[in-house]
Parts: sequence; C-alpha cells; structure tokens
Amino acid sequence: MLTTIESRNAITLIQIQEERLDAHNSSDLKGQMLTLFEEGKNNMIVDLQGVRFVDSSGLGALVSGFKNASARNGNLKLCGLQPQVESMFELTRLHRVFEIFPDLAQALNSFQE
Amino acid sequence: MSESIFLDIKVPNETGYLRLLGKIGEYLAQSLESYPGDREELAYHINLVLTEAMANAIRHTVDSKPGETLHVTLHVKNRKLTIKVYDQGRGFTFCDLPEPPPSCLAEHGRGIFIIKTLMDRVSYRKYDNGHVLEMEKILY
Repeated sequence: MLTTIESRNAITLIQIQEERLDAHNSSDLKGQMLTLFEEGKNNMIVDLQGVRFVDSSGLGALVSGFKNASARNGNLKLCGLQPQVESMFELTRLHRVFEIFPDLAQALNSFQE
Repeated sequence: MSESIFLDIKVPNETGYLRLLGKIGEYLAQSLESYPGDREELAYHINLVLTEAMANAIRHTVDSKPGETLHVTLHVKNRKLTIKVYDQGRGFTFCDLPEPPPSCLAEHGRGIFIIKTLMDRVSYRKYDNGHVLEMEKILY
C-alpha cells in the first residue's frame, strides 16, 4: 500500500495514497500502523483525503489502529474523509467511535488542546 | 425502465480483482439511464456490495480450494438488479450474523451488514458444490 508517513510535533501522520482501502490492501495498512506502535508512536492521524472507496476490511484496519492506540494511551484520529467514505462511517456507526476532522490542520490542533 | 442487461463474469479468486469487479458494477449502475434515483450513489453502493461479496467469497473459498475462479452474475431486468456471487467453499453462517452495535470495536463482521443494509433482498444458500449469495436491488 502506498502511504506517506511523517512526524509533526510527536504526532505521526499517515497519508494514504490509494484510491481504494479494501480487502486487498487493508492488511498492509494494519501492518504499517502496528510497526509504528511498536516504535512507540501512539498518537496518530490517518489522512483519508485521497481515498474514494473504503470497504469493511478498510474500516476494520482503522478500528484495529484505534484500539492499539487506545491500549497504549494514545489516540488515532481521522481527517479528510470524502463524502462517500464518510457515509460508510455513518452507515456502520463508526463515526461515533473515531474523532473525525475535516482537514489535517484541525486534526493536528486537536492534539494540542 | 426498459434496460435488460446480463453480465456473466469469472475472475481469479484473488483480492487483486476486487477493484475490477467493483468497477464493472459501478459502470453498470452508471449506465442505467432510466434509473430515477442518484446513479452515482447507486454506482458506489453496487461497487461496495460486489467488493464485500467477492472478498467474503474469497475468504471462504481460498481455505478450501486455492486457484479456483470466482463466478459472478449481474442481471438487470424488470426494474430489478440481481447479483449472484458463487463460491465453492465451506460457506458461512448467514442468518446468525448480528448487526454491529453503535460503538462496536470489532475488526470484522461488517461486510454482510453493509450488504443487507444497501440491498433490498439478500439470501445465501447451497448451490452445487458451494454456495450462492444472491442480492437484489429494486431500481425505482
């Protein structure tokens, strides 16, 4: 899976560079997040700006990341959801689980509050 | 709506083909010019249910018979879209799958929920040496 990973003020930013997050690549994302957690990077933002399509496997990978972050006293937040992707979070009620921000700047600010 | 379209597709049972199958479903929905609703939304939903159904079939087929092809049909007729996804695996318990609760942190189990939510009728039954997941969407 194509991702860009960078650090901003102790927050790890994962930008997904794939149009689809599905059963074909979601385990890659899960593995990449697990590696970051093992490196002690427990506060994370996943930027979904470039993702147009997400299925239940993609949602499952994000839930896995959220649970891992929480278990390590960190947090995993989301930003940049396209309307169709956002509708998937609402359909599965996961919008009640994740903190979701319109853009990266607001997601980063939320960690400073 | 006068369209009558039948697509019969066989693809390797590999997740690398999810995009292709999903796109076929999307294009089919976009081509339904007499559909009175939001065609783009319908296209997204058909892409999604095909992706979920195919991923599910792969999950239940690979364990049993790796290297098999996956058989999918899409049929538009009489204002109804019928999608059938055939697997040759052991199958899964269909009716017992619960809907996820509002704050569910489960990593799996949302696929069938999504299909049941977006389609008008869904059934799963034995067929030949495997099973068929049949999904219907009323197109008006």
